[in-house]
Amino acid sequence: MPVPYSDIVMEHFRNPRNVGRMENPDAKSVEGSPACGDMVAVYLQVDEETLRITDIKFESYGCASNIATGSIITEIAKGKTLEEAKQITWKQVSEQLGGLPSIKVHCSVLAIDGLRGAVENYEERHGLVKERTPTTVELITKRLKRVMNPMVGLDLVRTNLVREIELKEGHVRVAIDLPPDHQFAANIREEVMDKIEPLWDIERVEVEFNAEAMSPLTIIH
Amino acid sequence: MGGLIYLDNAAATRLDERVLEAMRPYFFETYAVATSQFGYSPGIDAKDALEGARATVAGALGAAPEELIFTSGSAESSNTAIKGVAQALGQKKGRHLVTSAIEDFAVLHSVRALERQGYTATTVGVDGDGRVDLDELREAITPETILVSVQAANQEIGTLQDLEAIGAICREKGVLFHTDATHTFLRVALDVREVAVDLVTVTADRMHGPKGIGGLYVRAGTPLTKWMDGGFQEFNLRGGAENIPGAVGFARAVELVTDEETARLAGMRDRLIALLLEVPHARLNGHPTLRLPQNANISFRFVEGESVLLHLDMRQMAVSTGSACFSRSLEASHVILGIGGDHERAHGSIRFTFGRFNREEDVDEVAAAAAEVIERLREISPLGKE
Repeated sequence: MPVPYSDIVMEHFRNPRNVGRMENPDAKSVEGSPACGDMVAVYLQVDEETLRITDIKFESYGCASNIATGSIITEIAKGKTLEEAKQITWKQVSEQLGGLPSIKVHCSVLAIDGLRGAVENYEERHGLVKERTPTTVELITKRLKRVMNPMVGLDLVRTNLVREIELKEGHVRVAIDLPPDHQFAANIREEVMDKIEPLWDIERVEVEFNAEAMSPLTIIH
Repeated sequence: MGGLIYLDNAAATRLDERVLEAMRPYFFETYAVATSQFGYSPGIDAKDALEGARATVAGALGAAPEELIFTSGSAESSNTAIKGVAQALGQKKGRHLVTSAIEDFAVLHSVRALERQGYTATTVGVDGDGRVDLDELREAITPETILVSVQAANQEIGTLQDLEAIGAICREKGVLFHTDATHTFLRVALDVREVAVDLVTVTADRMHGPKGIGGLYVRAGTPLTKWMDGGFQEFNLRGGAENIPGAVGFARAVELVTDEETARLAGMRDRLIALLLEVPHARLNGHPTLRLPQNANISFRFVEGESVLLHLDMRQMAVSTGSACFSRSLEASHVILGIGGDHERAHGSIRFTFGRFNREEDVDEVAAAAAEVIERLREISPLGKE
């Protein structure tokens, strides 16, 4: 029966490679959240000398394109150096999978974010972050693009939920255009904290909601 | 679709061969249109067939034949009811409508289209089982209200609404009442002589009838402006040449539904629900007893619906999900969110809907396959392992 996925996607979906939890990984990253839909965890084992990925595993709570991307990305990244792994792009992965439906881009990007996040996690844990560039509002915005707006499955920035970002002496304040009692407020706060707090020069993160904000409709046309 | 176990009968049903047989002469022999009745005899035969079909479909609702118009299906019926009443009463009475949060898109989007034209609408919430809050409904009705549209049963979670009570409230408040009975028609009794409903959406394609034919019951005297201009067909409420094979097929499909069959579907539903609730972290969506006889809807935690569907498809089983990943808009089911569920619950919700061609043995097979697929997907999920 024809499905909107290529044979390669379906093959990886049916028989995902390197799947499962890794005990005592050298690095780990979890992208997405159950409240938003898809979620990917990537685990790495890295050779300290060569900085090559000796083992990689992933877990997925998501659709076929999420599972397939997670699977193929572990195949591509295994044996590569951390630097090489960071260069892997969504385009490259999508091509190797024989293409993905455009509506499924988000689900597959998550797996790439997972790999990059795990590499960053390794570098941060092992003091490999060479240049400690100071955090900017641009960098914060970039990180917020990895926090999903669960109501539409697109990121906070793209759906205009970030009203303001203030950065002053290691203190970040993010104003979100949702009422504080919104069903996803707590979840979004947690995710924003997760993305911003690890930045080396950030001491305090505050997530503010807006009592005046209209509760947006679930369905937007 | 040889070995396919098809449990998505809420989306579409297989045509019953007997329906096709009834329709056949109206493609090859009596292919005239009913408006030719004064010109030549095939026109008379066509007219007789159309009116016979109308009497059958109307009769199934306890309505008079002239209270039923044929349409192209449930979406058109609901559009006609909502926009037709709005057009007819917008200038005279008011421009406010009331509906529920979990209606099908034909209703929700018709109301939204009217809102863009300056009408206002109140969406009444539902409880955790999907039942409309009757007090909230009563309070939502204002002197400006012209129509209340609340479905007979939900398309996803199967919850039935108390049409009698809603009809009584509408009658008391003097507003018209439309119900989308797409999924309940002939499966759950509705007699318009007993329930104060003014407009009822029905369709053939969810009960083994042909696609492209539906009906709208319009209680005599209900103000309704037509939007499809054409000849004077359908009591001048819908222009366009009549779909006579479709109408005949619809009527035949109506005749073929029996209470015994509905009881059989309910039996399969109950068995499937019982089996699936044995899977860990599974919960029923919708009302435990006041639900469509052919609908089971279960949410499984830690797995995503599209993945479940694709794995079941590989085992030749067809079901549906409220997961955002499955929808064309990447939005989670508004029904699951409407009953207070979160994204995660919608993500893992699987709908199984039965029809005439399902066999009792399908139930155990599907339940076993679903349990296996869910276990497999949970193994690769980062959730639920702590």
